[in-house]
Amino acid sequence: MRTKKIEPFLFLAPALFVLLVVFGVPIYRLFVLSFQRQSQGKQIFVGLSNYKLIFMDNVFIQAIQHNGTLIICVPIMVVAALLLSILLFERIRGWQFYRTTLFLPYLLPITVVGLVFSYIFQFSGVLNGILNAIGLKFLALDWLGSTHLALPTLMFVIIWKEMGFGVILFLARLMSVDEELYDAAKIDGANWLQLHLNITLPQLSTVIEFFTVISIITMLSWVFNYVYVMTNGGPGNATIVTELYIYLMAFQYNNINLAAAVSVLLLLVTGIFIFLELYLRDRAEVGEALG
Amino acid sequence: MRHHFTARAFLGGFVRQVLVIAATLVVLFPIYFLVVSAFKTQSDYITNLWGLPHSLHLDNFNIALAGGKFFRRFANSTILAVGSVALSSFLACLAAYAFARMKFRGKRFLFNLILSLMVIPPVVMIVPMFVTMVRWQLVNTYQGTILIYTGLLMPFSIYLMTNFFQTIPHEIIEAARMDGCSTLGVFWRIMLPLSGPALVTLVVVNALWVWNELLIALVFLQKDDLKTLMVGISALRSRNYTNIPATMAGLVIATIPIVVVYMFGQRYFIRGMTSGAVK
Repeated sequence: MRTKKIEPFLFLAPALFVLLVVFGVPIYRLFVLSFQRQSQGKQIFVGLSNYKLIFMDNVFIQAIQHNGTLIICVPIMVVAALLLSILLFERIRGWQFYRTTLFLPYLLPITVVGLVFSYIFQFSGVLNGILNAIGLKFLALDWLGSTHLALPTLMFVIIWKEMGFGVILFLARLMSVDEELYDAAKIDGANWLQLHLNITLPQLSTVIEFFTVISIITMLSWVFNYVYVMTNGGPGNATIVTELYIYLMAFQYNNINLAAAVSVLLLLVTGIFIFLELYLRDRAEVGEALG
Repeated sequence: MRHHFTARAFLGGFVRQVLVIAATLVVLFPIYFLVVSAFKTQSDYITNLWGLPHSLHLDNFNIALAGGKFFRRFANSTILAVGSVALSSFLACLAAYAFARMKFRGKRFLFNLILSLMVIPPVVMIVPMFVTMVRWQLVNTYQGTILIYTGLLMPFSIYLMTNFFQTIPHEIIEAARMDGCSTLGVFWRIMLPLSGPALVTLVVVNALWVWNELLIALVFLQKDDLKTLMVGISALRSRNYTNIPATMAGLVIATIPIVVVYMFGQRYFIRGMTSGAVK
């Protein structure tokens, strides 16, 4: 009788142990570190002073502003992915080829993508070469080297890489929509726009919400690789983001306590979206939509 | 009237095709640029930025592979991927079995808690993890990094396998029980052999994730002969390395394993990505 009760935990124990080491303990220590300061080789309690300090740092303020700006990518990605998935769903000629192709960027390592794009966007790179050749010389700009353009250029690359996931997700859901809904609406004389506003959007609403939340989480806390490879936060601090700020604070300026305070804030903000995502995942039943 | 209608339909079809083709070209161009540049000489690259190479110049691949550093990093990435994928898959299957097929208190809560870990950005844990790893002397070791990767892969793996185990019919398990199979026996002889497709999905998605990972590898494997392929690649730009075609050749080689894995497991991969949305 007793063995029956502990049996589940024997199966769970190894996984829980690893999760505790990699998530549990670090998150607990993170909070502790964020309230401490290094003093004569010891960590002493300093209350909220780390939090006050980081908000006085202009670079940190810039970093969170940039993460905020990156969120502009989300509506662009949603609309574009929606449009493309509808076009593929309507069995445009060669749709299977397009589906595979549009998903391709999502697969490639960000490191490779970032490096290739940094050559493409070089001042003497291929994009400006093409612009010059077709007589648009005035558009040949220093895409990654100018403070105004570096962040928008980075955003383009992020959209290029992350959008395919939305297309696949939406298309998979569309495939499971009852075709009769469309047939009925067509008999009633609905045009293309009405068809998709009245049927497609409501049918897709849960996966759209899911993709939106996942993408917001990406923009807030999963863009380190892009920035590190393409601009390393520069020129100046034009592309510094919260993750890079944490990395530099911890491993370049060796101030783990300030880095911990920023991490706590990032965790809390991301946490709000994580709970939203969990709730939406249950509703979207993403896995089942794919069969 | 009829004519008008077909003309509009034709125009609509044309506009749609143009939109999709434009998107496809934007997606393909960087990939095209990467591949053709890898086969150009340096002077060909500078004078002929977007055209096809004048002749197939294979020397870039020799330069990229020279000195054995590339092989070393390739091997490091492979060791980490194999180690952490094997360990995480095994532990996740055990846990998923408990979630899918056993009753215990707090199950729902524990499962949701683990699920919520899936989207926690690793950067948040990196500072305290580093402090701990230094104390345990696991910085600059394969074991330490494999442990971290295993933990990070665990939430998605448990989620995927639990969902899959739940689809295995109760009757099969009951029948095995009747024949005197122990719980562990059911796990080894029934659950795992039936999980082929799900396990392939898991291995493909997780292996690609580890292969592409940068931040953890950057922080926890700083010694030169332990660096991974992606860390090595990320250093190429900052080093002011001017042989762009040779760099491109290196990038092509680093991407080949991904393309191979994708071609073998495309179905599984898309299923895994869309079901768990692992980052």
